[in-house]
Amino acid sequence: MPEANAARGRKVMARVGCASCHTIPGIAWPQGQVGPALQGFAAGNLISGQLPNRPDVLAAYVRNAPEVLPGTTMPAMPISEREARDVAAYLYTLEP
Amino acid sequence: MSRPISTRSSLESVFKGWPPPVLDPAGPYAGSISVLSWVLFAMAVVVLGVVLAALGVALFGGQRLKSRLGGQAVIWLGGIALPIVVLTALLVYGLSLTRNLGTPAPPGAMRVQVTGEMWWWRVAYLDSSGKVALWDANELHIPVGETVVLELRSADVIHSFWVPRLSGKLDMIPGRVNLMKIKADKPGSYGGQCAEYCGGPHALMGFVVVAHEPAEFRRIMADRQAALASKPPSGGRGEQLFASAGCAACHRIAGTPFNGMAGPDLTHVGTRRTLGAGILPNNRGTLMGWIGNAQAIKPGNRMPPYSVLPADDIRDLALYLEQQR
Repeated sequence: MPEANAARGRKVMARVGCASCHTIPGIAWPQGQVGPALQGFAAGNLISGQLPNRPDVLAAYVRNAPEVLPGTTMPAMPISEREARDVAAYLYTLEP
Repeated sequence: MSRPISTRSSLESVFKGWPPPVLDPAGPYAGSISVLSWVLFAMAVVVLGVVLAALGVALFGGQRLKSRLGGQAVIWLGGIALPIVVLTALLVYGLSLTRNLGTPAPPGAMRVQVTGEMWWWRVAYLDSSGKVALWDANELHIPVGETVVLELRSADVIHSFWVPRLSGKLDMIPGRVNLMKIKADKPGSYGGQCAEYCGGPHALMGFVVVAHEPAEFRRIMADRQAALASKPPSGGRGEQLFASAGCAACHRIAGTPFNGMAGPDLTHVGTRRTLGAGILPNNRGTLMGWIGNAQAIKPGNRMPPYSVLPADDIRDLALYLEQQR
């Protein structure tokens, strides 16, 4: 994903409150417990245990999860497509 | 990795004015306090300069200067007479400058009761006879250019109401009503924070004041009044869950049978800028995170975690709540 910027992605995640549900390295507060912790995301497991872990799929998922994976718990989030690519880029920096 | 950031430090993008700058007044009542602060600061700089000059003389000055500085006259004049004159002048100046804080509000001014609770704010808009016209929580709407009187109370321990751009701090003391006036000169949102340690999640007890143009403000209040009379049941799953999961034991939604008063009123929760008392942006994701486990977000607050509910239920509750506008 050219142009995607992980540092920007971290700020987007802090701003919209992803950490209300997920504990995310690099975001000090909150450290939500409702969804899975995201440390080690870069290891490349399936997204939500079901989707192929590809940058394009991930960027679509963090923006509008129910559209990509009907029935998933994660809701659509108020971010643009570009911001979604940045978020995906940040997630791929989270080593185990 | 760079320094960790937090969702609260990012709230500026959700509502303008976070973190609230302390010396950037947006109304007359914060304005006089801000001027006084700068004057005191300038005086302190002058006094520091004089003291450092005297110290310089004492350490490095010639014998003649030193003996003059050590004389009785300097002690009487510089140590007693000057402070009495300067501090008295400052007191008179300060009292006259901040006189606007103590004068009664214009008759007919809008009144709102704000009650500090562990760890959120109960808001009650009063009508002209002093009765509660509308309930809300954690967010206060006011008209630009009008003085609004806040009746500050506490339901439990001492809190302190502080919206730095609109006024100074005033304690909320159990059993007392303290009056505070606020006025905003420009439309916008102004962040606030509990300023008296009140236990556990005190640091996560924030507040938002939203100032609207008067016509817009009156439209919002009229809409809310009208909605009280007619809030048709949605008949949706979220509404049933709100009843069956017990949310209504603590939360009220006007115009429905849900009338719990222990926690924040949720009648307009969908319009709020923040969740959890001024700490999270308000969107479907943060709503779900808060409902699912508010304890992970604001440890010690009085809302239990609802991780016993299936994920679908949490989502449907969030969908129902975001419709409460």
